[in-house]
Amino acid sequence: MVTNASTTAGTRKITIEPVTRVEGHGKVTLHLDEKNNVSQARLHIVEFRGFERFIQGRPYWEVPVIVQRLCGICPVSHHLAAAKAMDRIVGGENLTPTAEKMRRLMHYGQMFQSHALHFFHLVSPDLLFGFDADPAVRNVIGVAAKFPDLAVQGVMMRKFGQEIIKATAGKKIHGTGAIPGGVNKNLSVQERDFFLKDMEQMLAWARSALSIAKDYTAEHLAELKDFGSFESNHLSLVRKDGAMDLYHGVLRAVDAKGERVLNDVDYQEYAKHIAEEVRDWSYMKFPFMKSVGPEKGWYRVGPLARLNTADFIDTPEAEAARKEFKAVTGGKPNNITMAYHWARMIECLHSAEKINDLLHDKDLQGTDLVTKGERREEAVGLIEAPRGTLFHHYRVNKQDQVTMANLIVSTTNNNEPMNRAVQKVAQDCISGKPEVTEGLLNRIEVAIRAYDPCLSCATHAMGRMPLDVEIHDCEGKVVDRRQRD
Amino acid sequence: MTAASATSAGLKPVLVIGFGNPGRQDDGIGPELARRLEGSAPEGVTVDSDYQLMIEDAADVAGHEVTVFIDASTSCPEPFLFREVHPREDASFSTHSVSPEAVVHLAAKCFGGRPRAFVLEIRGYDFDGFGEGLSARAEANLSAAAGFLAGLLRTKDFDAAAAAGTKAKASEGPEPQAGSVLQPDGSGPATGAVE
Repeated sequence: MVTNASTTAGTRKITIEPVTRVEGHGKVTLHLDEKNNVSQARLHIVEFRGFERFIQGRPYWEVPVIVQRLCGICPVSHHLAAAKAMDRIVGGENLTPTAEKMRRLMHYGQMFQSHALHFFHLVSPDLLFGFDADPAVRNVIGVAAKFPDLAVQGVMMRKFGQEIIKATAGKKIHGTGAIPGGVNKNLSVQERDFFLKDMEQMLAWARSALSIAKDYTAEHLAELKDFGSFESNHLSLVRKDGAMDLYHGVLRAVDAKGERVLNDVDYQEYAKHIAEEVRDWSYMKFPFMKSVGPEKGWYRVGPLARLNTADFIDTPEAEAARKEFKAVTGGKPNNITMAYHWARMIECLHSAEKINDLLHDKDLQGTDLVTKGERREEAVGLIEAPRGTLFHHYRVNKQDQVTMANLIVSTTNNNEPMNRAVQKVAQDCISGKPEVTEGLLNRIEVAIRAYDPCLSCATHAMGRMPLDVEIHDCEGKVVDRRQRD
Repeated sequence: MTAASATSAGLKPVLVIGFGNPGRQDDGIGPELARRLEGSAPEGVTVDSDYQLMIEDAADVAGHEVTVFIDASTSCPEPFLFREVHPREDASFSTHSVSPEAVVHLAAKCFGGRPRAFVLEIRGYDFDGFGEGLSARAEANLSAAAGFLAGLLRTKDFDAAAAAGTKAKASEGPEPQAGSVLQPDGSGPATGAVE
């Protein structure tokens, strides 16, 4: 649907809502100046804080199960982040080897399937057909028709990861695998062997997907380098020795040049370092590092950030891929938005290598599953979810009821970067005419999808989100609008 | 694991998938009916549930002769509607959710064959807030649908049931009355009340 409003003099605003193949609800408004150049882009996401209140009053041991209902997209990440916080509530943060490895297996299964889904389902249509291909073809059904082998790989990689989640969490809905202080099951030999028989195939497909992402980026580097790109800080967990660690570690942030901004701090004290800014035009907050301030302290999270913060990766094939990735920018942080896809596929291969290592570890068949210690009343759980750093912060009273919950989800952490990416793309596409063209619509979608936003999580609301763009002038009048269902 | 290995072992008879978010009130109708069916399903019926359908469900659909999706609906006739799912390119589906039509389409494209699928839509009313449990009206619709599905899984006369559902919907306009789909035992098309 396209609606054209009358053109008026002065600054204009373009709005885009909603965005296809991104979950939740959001729209984009583009503000133009008198010369029809983009002065500001705003990605509007309706964020309700209802879920934190929903949790209040519930017993703490229910929380790792309840939080999975935030949405059905990454329930495992919420399950584990909440469980990590509740570990500390019961004084059981030093997990038994079996418990920690079962959780890691669950987490790498989630990372593997989520990254595969994003790449094959969402990104590959853009790469295989081009940004300007007909959206009716530029989707996974189009991939299945023209590249059936790739579509099958995506389906089966996703299925493999989902089966790992089911084996470690107990079931797909309301998984209960992680409990405060540990886990409630180990991995049987039968379950282990079920996964091992497909492991080599999964590794091969992960290598193949990485190759597609890397080759595409390398071949199109000249055009991708500036596409939605900008310099930024990057934040993630890293292991204490600087290795990439998707499950646990300390908080590290680097600036666009690679200088440390957060130097491996304990995430229990995240509130000393991170704050959330409220802006009058958005329901979603804008996190930033206090030491730098809201203007320049915002940061990116997710695969690109993790490749930029880690000193190395502790699995051989992913480490070799990381070195190739870093070589593109001479070892400095990579600020190319479209490099998210390459980074994501390095992590996909890393996850496959980790799954393989864990399946060969006899600790998964151990029977010492739970530990406890000194009770606490406040705790933070952090995890590197597929889309980036996920914060869960709780207070629990002496009656075991949750009295406060604060969640900062990955998409919220990437709020400012997504706005920047849209603004950069719009600035490059719009010059002189206040018009939402098909090309502009496509490029805004591609730029937002690089972050793989989970907007239904950020909004704490279910629902589909098509794409809607509006241009507003300096007086706030809509001068053009285009929507894609 | 390949497409061929996923299907070469022969097709299993029936897959039932209930999907929806139990933390979103009536959106949890599908998983709740799947939960009630577990343990009592006839031999040859596999029961599964999830928050939403996703591309990997295509592999499971391709591995079964018949799939029955169970979903909450905001607009279907009360108490429920049973209809056949025809493959359709669903270009508008979003990141993390796929329609039954797109799952069936993807199953055929990726794994070959002509998978048969049906959807049991159960009318719900409360979807907007966070909360567990179904509304009283949704619970009543769920009970009616559970009886219908139990009978249908015994008779396995899916075509007749779907034809009856389609006929009832067409003949009664956009707002068919309750119980216009099938007898609760699934024995055949009927227009009597579904209790």
